[in-house]
Amino acid sequence: METLAGPDATSSAAPAPASGRGHRVLALVGELMIIAGALLGLYVVWQLFYTDVEANNTQKQVVEELDWAYTAPITAGSGSSDEQATIPNELKLGPDTAPVMAEPKNGTTFATFYVPRWGADYVKPISEGVDRHTILDRLGIGHYPHTGMPGEKGNFAISAHRTTYGKPFNRIAELKSGDSLVVQTEEAWYVYKVTSHDIVRPTQVEVIAPVPNDPGAEPDNHYITLTSCHPMYSAAERFVVWGELEYWSPVGNGIPEELLEVPES
Amino acid sequence: MIFPAVWNALPGPRWVRAILLTALLAAAVWTLFEYVFPWVSVTFGIQDQSVGDG
Repeated sequence: METLAGPDATSSAAPAPASGRGHRVLALVGELMIIAGALLGLYVVWQLFYTDVEANNTQKQVVEELDWAYTAPITAGSGSSDEQATIPNELKLGPDTAPVMAEPKNGTTFATFYVPRWGADYVKPISEGVDRHTILDRLGIGHYPHTGMPGEKGNFAISAHRTTYGKPFNRIAELKSGDSLVVQTEEAWYVYKVTSHDIVRPTQVEVIAPVPNDPGAEPDNHYITLTSCHPMYSAAERFVVWGELEYWSPVGNGIPEELLEVPES
Repeated sequence: MIFPAVWNALPGPRWVRAILLTALLAAAVWTLFEYVFPWVSVTFGIQDQSVGDG
């Protein structure tokens, strides 16, 4: 240590002047590798942390801007514990009478999504389209164009990231049969119950057919389909969850009681 | 090579260069985060979750 501090030691330990061509090439390669390493590191930071920060902010803002959306989950735990009225039994209406809205323009946020299993504070917007850059990476949950709308006889199919970009479907693998999937539109609440799940290849588009896994069949029930990536942090396969509509109710008569019951196991 | 060249290309005394360099790096990171990385992620299909060609 001390010897290195001496002027003689440093000058003698210093490398020969980098005058040779080989030296300069080596220095350039070294610097390029340092830059490449920094870029890769920055990419990881961006993908794993920054996309969450950015997308969560956007999605929260989108939900708050929907003046009809139930946003109590956003403020849950902030002290305001006023009792929410729940939808009375006589207003829980059968699937066959469910109102079906027209499919909106690409990029329009038309519904909100609540999953008690994912926490009492879980609320995410649902927007039209499954384009990565404009919908899924920013707005969160996307609706597959030309699949059913909420409440429709057929298949209401939605997709979202399981990791990063606000990860709306982060805990999709925790869903169990009977769990509630609640959709709110400007007009109505739709309460679906999970029936099954599967892990498929990305090419298996029959999972979002009007009758899941039976393309071409006439719609026979009011299905919901959630797709996300599998395994986590990969795009190799897709995790798919199906559910069926249990009841619907016009908005304005309280909230579905399912929203207040976070399943324990 | 690159690093000394950038340093020498910046004007002013040391502390001015240090500030300029920090600003340049911040601008580079911002461009990467807002434009380059989103494009890379979508173009190379990293983290896709839809069925179909997505």
